Amino acid sequence: MTINSSAVNELAKNNVREIDRSGDAPTHHQGVGRTTSAKNERGTTEKQAKIEVKDLNFYYGKFHALKNVNIKIPASEVTAFIGPSGCGKSTLLRTMNRIYELYPEQRSEGQILLDGDNILDRRQDLNLLRAKVGMVFQKPTPFPMSVYDNVAFGVKLYERLSRSEMDDRVEWSLRKAALWDEVKDKLHQGGTRLSGGQQQRLCIARGIAVKPEVLLLDEPASALDPISTLKIEELIHELKGDYTIVIVTHNMQQASRVSDYTAFMYLGELIEFDETTTIFTNPANKQTEDYITGRYG
Amino acid sequence: MNTIYLRRRIINVFNLTVALLTTLLALFFLAWLLWTLIKNGAPHINWSLFTQSTPPPGDSNGGLANAIVGSLMMTAVGVLLGSPLGVLAGTYLSEFGRESRLASVVRFVNDILLSAPSILIGVFVYAIIVVNVGHFSGWAGGIALTLIMIPVVVRTTEDMLSLVPDQMREAAAALGAPYWKVILTIVYRSASKGIMTGILLGLARISGETAPLLFTALNNQFMSLNMNDSIANLPVVIFQFAMSPYDDWQHLAWAGSLLITVTILLLNIIARLGLGGGSSKGY
Repeated sequence: MTINSSAVNELAKNNVREIDRSGDAPTHHQGVGRTTSAKNERGTTEKQAKIEVKDLNFYYGKFHALKNVNIKIPASEVTAFIGPSGCGKSTLLRTMNRIYELYPEQRSEGQILLDGDNILDRRQDLNLLRAKVGMVFQKPTPFPMSVYDNVAFGVKLYERLSRSEMDDRVEWSLRKAALWDEVKDKLHQGGTRLSGGQQQRLCIARGIAVKPEVLLLDEPASALDPISTLKIEELIHELKGDYTIVIVTHNMQQASRVSDYTAFMYLGELIEFDETTTIFTNPANKQTEDYITGRYG
Repeated sequence: MNTIYLRRRIINVFNLTVALLTTLLALFFLAWLLWTLIKNGAPHINWSLFTQSTPPPGDSNGGLANAIVGSLMMTAVGVLLGSPLGVLAGTYLSEFGRESRLASVVRFVNDILLSAPSILIGVFVYAIIVVNVGHFSGWAGGIALTLIMIPVVVRTTEDMLSLVPDQMREAAAALGAPYWKVILTIVYRSASKGIMTGILLGLARISGETAPLLFTALNNQFMSLNMNDSIANLPVVIFQFAMSPYDDWQHLAWAGSLLITVTILLLNIIARLGLGGGSSKGY
């Protein structure tokens, strides 16, 4: 399963490169666009939706931040949300684990189906939902405890593991997050002593340690230097297949590098959602094209 | 030279000078106070101060043992009752009632309590406990100190908890931790130094209070560990002995004053140096 999907990803990546190159030449533009959208139609019907957002509206007090958003996030793929600041991309992400409910003045209307179950339902247990849908934030947020305890924190909430099982889980998560080699000798030092890039990978390790099904990344690399950013992006490539990943980014190159699908949002509305290659080479919507080509935002 | 720039420089020099002078003035009085205390108190600090109880007038052999023990016991009651109540109330204000009407009322009342004259607390506890029970007691003194302690701890706890960034709470909640667990394991841990500082500052505040004890614990000439009876304590002993005409008593008052001042000074220094700040950086 894993091998299979990574092979598919490899293929998709090659496709992106192909199209990127041909996209430079405007004469080929249309032709290439047609083939990708044909592929896309087949793709979306094959792809199973992990998260389906239906008629979602979101309010910060009286401010109407999301307007009738409908989107199907495909399983085991990377989906990127792009758009100018304040377009609602982070807000949309924050509805998917209902983290916004920490703030009483924020509320949502509509439906979000996770594997067919409406997570916006009143009866949905928030903590269980968040154990299934992990999140990494813009700023690294290591807890004031050791590297080891940072990773073990979430695991302890839902599993009773023996010492050695926990050791294994911590190592597994840190390896997955490409951090193990850098921290294996300082597992019991404070997590806040790591560098910014390491802290962010620690947060990702912490997020995958609880074995979620979905990983929400809210501009995970915007506070990091280019090398750390590269590591995070490689990590996203590694992780997809095992997880459904949704990433918010205001860096369009990043979206085109890491994602399979891209959603463009503007002023609280979802303008266009398609395969990343299509969005970046042959967007259907004029606004998307203007944004992609840097004409505004 | 540019006249606007020149004017700015003159104003700068003037302000710096005034600030420096006022700082020196404040420090001068503090140093004077400490010097007077040390000059008059230090010669009378000796071992018997800690081993013998307060003497009758004219006896030069006494100490302050009973007052020290009484003060420690009542302060302990104040800290043990006041800290948890204060921390819990501060937690409510910071974590649950940020924008609620009740919280803003609580915050307002707490601020009033914080600046209330301590003699008022003494009279209040006198009226509701001492009058009803029929006699002065160590418990009444401890409760009066608790009432002074609570607002200090509430305030510092709320301030320190609100310094913990919201992203920290979000990150813990995003792992599926229930909110009470987020508070206990992440928020308190991040703010632990700040909360401890608040408790130490509260402790420093109540260990020198005289007025609330005058109406509640009163005083006791003898060593007593019975919190149901009136009990000796440093501030009231100092108050009585310093006003007396007897040299020996006055000497003990000086020694006691120095003792309290040094203790409070040490507590403050520990609070600021040892624990300083509320950040998680020092982990």
